[in-house]
Amino acid sequence: MAMPMESPITFTNVGKAKWWQRGIFASQTGYVLLALAVLLVIMHFASPYFFTEGNMQNVAKNFSFIAIATLGVTFVIITGGIDLSVGSMMCFSAMITSMVMTELSTPGSPAGSLFVHMAADGKTVVANVPGLILLVSLLAGLGVALIAGLVNGFCIAVLGLSPFVTTLGMLSIVRGLGYVVSNGRGSFPGGPDADYFYALTSGDVLGVPVPFIYLVILALAMAVVLHHTSFGRHVFALGGNEKAAELTGIPVVRVKIEVYVICALAAGLQGIIISGWLGSAPANMATSYELNVIAAAVIGGANLAGGIGGPLGAIVGCVLLEVIRNGLVLAQVSSYWQQTLVGVIIILAVLVDRIRSRMS
Amino acid sequence: MANAATASQPVLELTGIGKEFGAIRALHGVDMHVHPGEVVGLMGDNGAGKSTLVKIIAGNFRPSHGEIRFAGSAVHFNRPVDARAVGIEVVYQDLALADNLTAAANVFLGRELKRKFGPLALLDHKAMAARALELFGELRSETRPDDLVKQMSGGQRQAVAIARTRLSNAKLVMMDEPTAAISVRQVEQVLSLIHRLKEQGVAVMLISHRMPDVFAVCDRVVVMRRGEKRADKPIHETSPEEVTALITGAKEAA
Repeated sequence: MAMPMESPITFTNVGKAKWWQRGIFASQTGYVLLALAVLLVIMHFASPYFFTEGNMQNVAKNFSFIAIATLGVTFVIITGGIDLSVGSMMCFSAMITSMVMTELSTPGSPAGSLFVHMAADGKTVVANVPGLILLVSLLAGLGVALIAGLVNGFCIAVLGLSPFVTTLGMLSIVRGLGYVVSNGRGSFPGGPDADYFYALTSGDVLGVPVPFIYLVILALAMAVVLHHTSFGRHVFALGGNEKAAELTGIPVVRVKIEVYVICALAAGLQGIIISGWLGSAPANMATSYELNVIAAAVIGGANLAGGIGGPLGAIVGCVLLEVIRNGLVLAQVSSYWQQTLVGVIIILAVLVDRIRSRMS
Repeated sequence: MANAATASQPVLELTGIGKEFGAIRALHGVDMHVHPGEVVGLMGDNGAGKSTLVKIIAGNFRPSHGEIRFAGSAVHFNRPVDARAVGIEVVYQDLALADNLTAAANVFLGRELKRKFGPLALLDHKAMAARALELFGELRSETRPDDLVKQMSGGQRQAVAIARTRLSNAKLVMMDEPTAAISVRQVEQVLSLIHRLKEQGVAVMLISHRMPDVFAVCDRVVVMRRGEKRADKPIHETSPEEVTALITGAKEAA
C-alpha cells in the first residue's frame, strides 16, 4: 500500500557531509593507512634494502601469516565479541592436519591401509587418487576448528556466557588437547602428499607467495559478504545495537554462532599455512598469537565495542605490524623493542580516532 | 466514526489478559478491542502496566492469563517476529536503531531487499535507498537514506523507526511515546502520519504521556492504573481533566 509521494524531499536545513568527512576518509582505517604510507616512505629512505623484491616478498609472506586469522577475528569483533582462542586453534588445526596426513601415509596402520600400500621394493605407493590424503587431512584440520567454533558460538549465543571467558577457556582447552594428542612432541607433515602440502602452503606463483594470494581472495570475499549480503548487514547490526537486531527479527543466535565458526575456520586455515612454512606443527606453535591478531584488527580500526571493522582495516593493521618489525630489523634496532612499539601504536591508533570523533 | 468502527470486526481483541512476574501482578483482567482504522490512546502513569500490555501484544512476553485474537483468530506469539508476521508493527520508545548503519539499512533491517546473482543473493542497495527516500518523503522528514543514524537528530531517528513500520502491510501499529523526544514541527508530522495510517484502515495504538497529542488524534482513550483497565471511552465523551484524574487515581473508574 504505497502512498503517493506528496512532496519530494527538499533538504533545507540538513546538510550533507563532505566527501572527506565520510566513509573511509573519516575512519580509523583511513588514518592508519595514511600512517602506513608515511612509514613506507620513511623506510625507503632509511634503508636501501626495504623496497627490494626479496624484502617485499618477505614482508608479504610474514603479514599473510597472521592476516587470515585477523580477517576471521574481525567478524567476531564487529559483532561486539572477542575470540581469544585463535592462537591455540592455529596450532591444533595444523597439528591434526599433519598427524592425519602422517597416519594415512603409513602403510599397515588401520586408516592408512585404505590410502597407501607397500610396494615390493619397500616404497610407499599411493593406493588411489594422488592428493586425496592431503584433502582428507585438510578437512580433518578444518573440521576440528569447525567443532571448536561451534562450541564457542553455542556457549556465547545460546548459553549466554561472556565471549571473553568462553574463548579464554577454549584457548586453554584447545592448547591442552594439542599437547594430549601429540604427547607434547608436535608433528610433521609427511607421506607422499607432503610435497603438495608444501606447495600449497609455502610455495609461490610468479613470485607471489601463496599465503598472500589466499589472503587477497579471502579479503575480497569478506568485503562482499560484509557489505553486500544480509548476513554481513546483520553482523554490523548486532555490533551496533543487539537489542534492536533482536527486535527487528534478525536471527541473532545463528549469526553469532556463524561468526565464531568463521573465526575458528580462519584460524585453523592460518595454522595449517604456518605449519607448511615451518615444516612442522610444534605443540607450542602460535602461542600468544591471539594478541597479535587482535592488536592488528584493533590498529586497523575494528572497534572492540562492536559495529565497526572490515577486511581492509584488518590487512592494514597486519601490514603495519610487519613493516615495523621488518623496519626495526633493517635499522638494526634490537628486535626486543618491537613489542613495546606495537603497544604504543595500538594506543596511538585508538587515541587518534578518539580525538577525531571529539572534534567532529 | 465510533459507530462505524464498532460495526466492523475488531482487528485486535484482548480477553482477560493478565501477567505476573513472580509475585508481582503487572496486569490483571484486561479486556480490549481495536478496530481497523481506529486510533486508540493508551494512557497511564509509570508502572500502570502500559508497557507490559504493549510487550504482550508485540510478542515480547507471553500473557499468564487470557486470550489474544488478531484479525478474528486466536494467536500465540513466542517472539516479536511472530507478531510482525501477522501484521503487528511496533515503534519502540528507544526506537531500536543500529547507530552504525545508514537510515536505509535500518529501515530494511531484517527484511533486506536482495537481487540474485547466480547462486548469490546480494543486497539491492539502490532499491532500498529509493524506497526509504520515498517513505521519508511521505513522512516529510528531511532524512537522507545514506546518512548514518549516528549523525541524526531525534526527529530523523523517529522518522526512520516509523518508516520501518510502513514497509509491510501492517494491520496494527503500536507507537510507544513517539512524540516524547522530538520538536514541535516533527510532532505535527508524526500526528499527521497517524492520520494517514488511519485513512488506510490501519489500526493505531498510541502510548503517550502527552495529553494534547492523544486528544488531537485518538478516537478512543484507554486508561490503565495499577495493572487494570480503568476507563475505555470515546474521546469526545471525556476530557483531559477526567483522563488526568483517572491516571492519578483521583477518580477510580469511568
